[in-house]
Amino acid sequence: MKPLLSVNHVTVRFGGLTAIDDVSFEVKSGELLGLIGPNGAGKTTMMRAIVGVVRPSKGSVMLEDLALNSLSIDARIRAGLALSQQLVKPFREINVQDNVAFAAGSRKTRTPTAALCHVNRQAERALALDALGRVGIAGYAQQSPKTQPLGVLKRLEMARALALKPKLLLLDEPLAGLNSKEASALAQTIADINRQGMTIILIEHNLSEIMRICQRLVVLDNGRKIAEGLPRDAMNDPGVRLAYLGGDADAAD
Amino acid sequence: MEYEISLVTAVGISVLFALSLNLITGFCGQISLGHAAFFGIGAYGSALLCKMGLPFLLSLPLAMLLAGGFGLVVGLASLRVRADFLAITTMGVGFLFVGVVRQQERLGGEMGISGIPDAGFSKLAFMLLTLGLCVVAALFSHYIRRSWMGQVFNAIAEDEDTTRVLGVDVPRFKLAAFAMGTALAGLAGALYANNLKFISPDSFGFVESMTVLSMVVIGGIGSVAGVTAAAIVLSLLPSLFTFVGEYKLLVYGGLLFLMMRFSPDGVTGALRRAMAHGRR
Repeated sequence: MKPLLSVNHVTVRFGGLTAIDDVSFEVKSGELLGLIGPNGAGKTTMMRAIVGVVRPSKGSVMLEDLALNSLSIDARIRAGLALSQQLVKPFREINVQDNVAFAAGSRKTRTPTAALCHVNRQAERALALDALGRVGIAGYAQQSPKTQPLGVLKRLEMARALALKPKLLLLDEPLAGLNSKEASALAQTIADINRQGMTIILIEHNLSEIMRICQRLVVLDNGRKIAEGLPRDAMNDPGVRLAYLGGDADAAD
Repeated sequence: MEYEISLVTAVGISVLFALSLNLITGFCGQISLGHAAFFGIGAYGSALLCKMGLPFLLSLPLAMLLAGGFGLVVGLASLRVRADFLAITTMGVGFLFVGVVRQQERLGGEMGISGIPDAGFSKLAFMLLTLGLCVVAALFSHYIRRSWMGQVFNAIAEDEDTTRVLGVDVPRFKLAAFAMGTALAGLAGALYANNLKFISPDSFGFVESMTVLSMVVIGGIGSVAGVTAAAIVLSLLPSLFTFVGEYKLLVYGGLLFLMMRFSPDGVTGALRRAMAHGRR
């Protein structure tokens, strides 16, 4: 089967620093792929290269048959990507539901003319409520994001990404900053969303949750891909153990 | 009565001018310190066209097109700069406009353009036309606020990067705001030229840009009613208290400072807070 996303020999350089060095991997439709690695491994840079925040100096990113390299961030989103950012950034002046409804209205905000011609937002508000329900915070719909705890905002960020009806959902450390109970609940929500058919790339530091919900892992270290495969196999890879534990991996046994 | 009519007309033109900047700065969050340039482009465009024999009413849409066209070019050039840098860039555009006009004999140079043909309206009819256009501009602004475009503008004003990540073509929307706002400024300028029958570069300089920005900020960035009210009060001030005329920049600058310090969302924001406090 043709992959949904293929990253081919992507290299990202910032001045003299090579943040990503010739990394390739694929994401199959319906998959929940974990993208992991120690701090500074290049995970977020990889995510940014996929979304278009940074431009690779070499290599290409394809979404199905579409080459993403020359597209702007917003065009990539309209083509079927959605990003849930590590630092939650809700629009603070509108309520939780309208935050999601804004994303659900991406067809109406495609061009200024289309946006000017549409006023009604009933349908988008209904879709928003549905997306909020999927991440378990429908009860917060009318609240202001200003007063919500991080756990709710993380879910809001995810609902907003879901409301774009993406082909591929990119989650950048959704569990960071949550306590273990909240993290475990949100990881379960992510697994449920994946089971409903959403293809997901998950960047996370929380390895126990990654091991629990991901079907496959890609491991980066120092900008290079050092392993790829089933979670248990990837984590048992000596190179991966070395990267995570540092020094002599055997000494940790 | 004649004095009142011309005063109301002048106030109406200020309101239109302030509403035009409100589309760019108020709605879309893009600061402009050179908005008077577009007011000037509309004024010069309409004045020259009328002198060439074009009917006044026909010169209005053409002045809008001209100002909006220049607005689009400036907008395109400004897409890469944000916040402080955008402020400096637009300020530069304002100085550039005055500088170019002063040097161009065809545009009247330092002396400006006088003897702009009469629009063929009575003073009263001209006032009513101006007020009518103000109402249309206010209704249009209000409509934008409610539409999806208004939502996008709010989103861009609050967080451009997040708006992009939600699939919005941010540059295109910024350009739309620039084009609409500068076209409307051009319309206000055309009315100004035909109301006074005389224009000179001095009327479109930095002081005018600051004045209109004061109206938008003091009224409450983005609030149509607030900006309209501020434009009325601030354009009446120099007529009511002649000393304000001499110290215009000082008074407006002082007001701007007070607003930024104590109520960054303008009088509208202060009122809203006072009302919320009263209900409690």
